[in-house]
Amino acid sequence: MARLEETGTLSREDLRECFREMLLIRRFEEKVEERFRAGELPGFLHVAIGQEAVAVGVCRALEEGDTIASTHRAHGHTLAKGTPPNELMAELYGKVEGCSHGYGGSMHLYDVARGNMGANAVVGGGLPAVTGAALAYKLRGEPHVAVAFFGDGATNIGTFHESLNLAQLWRVPAVFVCENNHWAESTPARQHLPVTDMIDRARAFDMRAVKVDGQNVEAVYGATREALDHARSGNGPVFLDAETYRLVGHYVGDPQVYRDKEEVRRLRETEDPITKLRERLELSDEEFGEVDAEVTEIVEASVEFAKAGTDPAPEDALKNVYA
Amino acid sequence: MPELTYREAVRDALATAMRRDEDVFVMGEDIAEMGGSMGVTQGMLAEFGPERVRNTPISEMALVGAGIGAAMQGMRPVVEVMYEDFLTLSTEQLVNQAAKHRYMSGGQLKVPLTIRTQGGAGWSPGAQHAQQLEAWFVHIPGLKVVFPATPTDVRGLLFASIYDDNPVVFFEHRMLYGVKEEVPDELEPIELGKARIHREGEDVTVVAIGPLVHEALKAAEQAEGEGISVEVLDPRTLQPLDEEALIASVKKTNRCVVAHEAITRMGFGAEVAAVVQHGAFDWLDAPIERVGARFTPLPFAPVMEEWCVPHAEDVLAAIRKTLERDGD
Repeated sequence: MARLEETGTLSREDLRECFREMLLIRRFEEKVEERFRAGELPGFLHVAIGQEAVAVGVCRALEEGDTIASTHRAHGHTLAKGTPPNELMAELYGKVEGCSHGYGGSMHLYDVARGNMGANAVVGGGLPAVTGAALAYKLRGEPHVAVAFFGDGATNIGTFHESLNLAQLWRVPAVFVCENNHWAESTPARQHLPVTDMIDRARAFDMRAVKVDGQNVEAVYGATREALDHARSGNGPVFLDAETYRLVGHYVGDPQVYRDKEEVRRLRETEDPITKLRERLELSDEEFGEVDAEVTEIVEASVEFAKAGTDPAPEDALKNVYA
Repeated sequence: MPELTYREAVRDALATAMRRDEDVFVMGEDIAEMGGSMGVTQGMLAEFGPERVRNTPISEMALVGAGIGAAMQGMRPVVEVMYEDFLTLSTEQLVNQAAKHRYMSGGQLKVPLTIRTQGGAGWSPGAQHAQQLEAWFVHIPGLKVVFPATPTDVRGLLFASIYDDNPVVFFEHRMLYGVKEEVPDELEPIELGKARIHREGEDVTVVAIGPLVHEALKAAEQAEGEGISVEVLDPRTLQPLDEEALIASVKKTNRCVVAHEAITRMGFGAEVAAVVQHGAFDWLDAPIERVGARFTPLPFAPVMEEWCVPHAEDVLAAIRKTLERDGD
């Protein structure tokens, strides 16, 4: 756990840990794609390949007691917030051992004990509750911050505007992290965003707004530390515009007919946050291979764990409707 | 026993909960200095201050959603949505979020949130300020739905709703705020899911909610003059529903009328009729009659409005209809 008094930069050791975590998320999601295509996973899936540095940079900056709310693209956030890969994979297989005990699935991952208040399949749907959680911390005098993840597509929906408006009006300790990947499903920003600079949206509410390179985990971590300090000190919420890239389709199996294949190839070469961090750390092939082997083994084990998991009884569907 | 108006009874339930529990707070549009558009929260700002009696922007999505977030952190917020017509703006938050967080998390979360709202015809507010939408929310697993008709009920049920660990959509009625009733000295919580029999009878059961409870009681008086003994039963909570009480009453009277101010088609009465016919089929001597509003938006002109929504004479006509078959 990072300490408050740190300046926001990460030691080499911390960065290596970030690298390991990002690679774990990458290998996990690649495995999820593979198992989905093999027909083992029910429902449908959204992976966040290319966006790992945002999840890891933000979650690493959080303190004990801080909470997050995530989106339909939630695997990375969930792992970064501390849910063991076994429990996440078991959820994707619909097992009792899953982090939502088989009631949620890929788009409804929860881990309340670890501060994950849930992923949301309604774009922008979780933002008002983040403002409300932050209001609770303020009213109770608790030193926590509530953090929302959402994409650029969500900044067009009413809940985004109402939530930021209320959060700023009441100066609640919240951080709004926009994973600005330039796509709302298949619709490019030029077709859905009337503003050229995303942070103008937060400035419209007089909210502190900071732009950060979402492919650079160190930068994300540093910006998040500052944002958390600002919010925790009672100065009100912060909006983080993390520019990032979705290096895959909207959902697993998306043929991406709307997207230039050459552009995707180029982005994979130039904007992969894992490649960037590997270069920054100057990892040798051997060092990389060691980390890769370790996380790959964890991912493989999670599949075995999930497959050996317990199916809920059909009639368990009637449980948990009411407290 | 003190006599309270329905409005005072709501306020008493809120204030009692807030005095004993720091985790209870209220928020809504115009509820602080103004005391709410219906005057329910008048005086509460002075007692509890602006942190706990929170005026909000006109922002129903964020307002209800912020209540959800605070509730998931263990507080017990009470959100006032000024008119139930405006619940439509926050329906996504109620239906997809409040109702489902506990379920989707596999039981990890609770959402102890109360949404107070009000509506109802009788004062010509037109089509967007008087709808009765309670049936919508009964269709959503995870929500509880309460619609009290009297001061005693509104006080006890609101208090119980605040302390329920589930999201409760709590309907009040515009035309009931001035209704008076003697209430217990000490606030007594009323368990959700328990019907109240207002009047016992032998010939027909009228299952009524909200203002139609009072209309049904008037109709019952008139029917008595015609030699018809009417039982008036108010379920008070629509979800959970006291099916046992409904069925027991109809097994006794053998006839049933359901009455609400909401539109008849797909109204709550349809569910009551289904429950009763299934639970008391062999006891029924007549088809179940439904009383409700006509299938139209509420018109403005008073003569049209009055014609569209049901009154005591409509309930009486339905009562008579269930008895007509005796000569068959």
